[in-house]
Amino acid sequence: MFDLLQNLFSYTFITRAMIIGVLVSLCAALLGVSLVLKRYSMIGDGLSHVSFGALSIAVAFGWAPLPVSVPIVVAAAFFLLRISENSKVKSDAAIALISSSALAIGVAVMSLTSGMNTDVCNYLFGNILAMSNTDVYISVALSVIVLVLYILFYNRIFAVTFDENFAKATGTKVGYYNMLISFLTAIMIVVGMRLMGAMLISSLIIFPALSSMQVFKSFRKVIFSSAILSVVCFIVGMMISFYFDTPTGASIVIVNLIVFLGFTVSGKIIYGK
Amino acid sequence: MPLITCKGLTVSYDRRIAVSDVSFTVDDGDYLAVIGKNGSGKSTLIKALLGLVPVQSGTISFDGIKQSQVGYLPQQTAAQRDFPASVYEVILSGCLNSLGGGLFYKKQHKELALKKAEQLGLSDVLAKSYRDLSGGQQQRVLLARALCATDKLVILDEPVASLDPVVTAEFYDILHKLNRENGVTVIMVSHDVLGIKQSATKVLQLDTETAYFGSFEEYSNTETGRQLLGGGADV
Repeated sequence: MFDLLQNLFSYTFITRAMIIGVLVSLCAALLGVSLVLKRYSMIGDGLSHVSFGALSIAVAFGWAPLPVSVPIVVAAAFFLLRISENSKVKSDAAIALISSSALAIGVAVMSLTSGMNTDVCNYLFGNILAMSNTDVYISVALSVIVLVLYILFYNRIFAVTFDENFAKATGTKVGYYNMLISFLTAIMIVVGMRLMGAMLISSLIIFPALSSMQVFKSFRKVIFSSAILSVVCFIVGMMISFYFDTPTGASIVIVNLIVFLGFTVSGKIIYGK
Repeated sequence: MPLITCKGLTVSYDRRIAVSDVSFTVDDGDYLAVIGKNGSGKSTLIKALLGLVPVQSGTISFDGIKQSQVGYLPQQTAAQRDFPASVYEVILSGCLNSLGGGLFYKKQHKELALKKAEQLGLSDVLAKSYRDLSGGQQQRVLLARALCATDKLVILDEPVASLDPVVTAEFYDILHKLNRENGVTVIMVSHDVLGIKQSATKVLQLDTETAYFGSFEEYSNTETGRQLLGGGADV
């Protein structure tokens, strides 16, 4: 086992991908609990497709990918949040609309410029070789911000997630916390999707939270369990991908799926329902 | 002493006037029943009182309490039914408005949460998950949370809508006791006549505009009052 790990970390790009992946998984799990419980699970999916569209345009014009996609995805996140707050518009339909449009624009732009090549595949399904040192810095900064904010505002995040109206009625600025969560989610997606791929990044948000909810019954335990599960699944998925030469993103999602099924069954056995 | 004074209140909801020119006062110790048909503006009025929707014209003034020091018991949302949170976590979240700029709950908040849990008979289920409780217990948890936010005024939006008759009666008893013994002012939106007959001291009947506002006794002598309360003039 030790040899395996040593072997794994002898590659710089693996070490880099590991650092980014662990940090992104941690953030995704923390934000994911709130997003899943607030019924915003699909926002991750929508944003990753927007990110794909933004990246392909950036590549087509030869711009640096991150400075282009971050503002676009953050703007999309705020927009989607506004839509879900306005009960008149069906937010699931709006997300599907935005996400498929962004994907279509991205694919069209790519095929007009560089052609449908491995780049497209990398963006859609992730590539650990695509990670640069800049990504390492961004993901470290992001995860520090997410962790600090999550700990500082834990009680408010709980209140806003559990009952927005009550929190608002007792004087909590609910809008700010929702914007904060969308903003952090947007950044997390831009960084994480190049590792996991646009099609698969939303699983990092949804799986750990959903698995933990099958077994644990308090918010605090669900948060801790999600964070641990997310990181463990990432590392296991990464190692599987390395030794069996399977795509990284897909391997991580499959590990998450197995854990989810395991937790669902354990939950049913423990609570007998 | 008036706790809340509403004058000429008009509120729009979904680009339609939901509450039009409504005036009323709630005194300290009142038990106000807000009644009316579906779509008569009851919930919108409550949301305006809580500052959740903007007021178009008219005024709402609070005396002796702040708008954020109100214990609100909202209608339950679908998201809460499978929410993983312990009873203690939910009740404690009612203390949020007394944190001020602080970030974490202090000893006094935790003691308050435990006290309110005990008062509502929830001490045994504190570690249980909110989603595993019965409907009646869930409403008591939300009431305990509301009482952590205030000891003066609770506002309830159709609290018994999903409860069976026995549990409904129990819940009304709790509210009655809080109002008469602990001096908690109650504003309750309800379709249910039972709770109104048992405890209400004032009635506000809405039909977008004010259809009736006054004491419960007078209301039970009016034509509509007699119809609604089943001839219960001698309640």
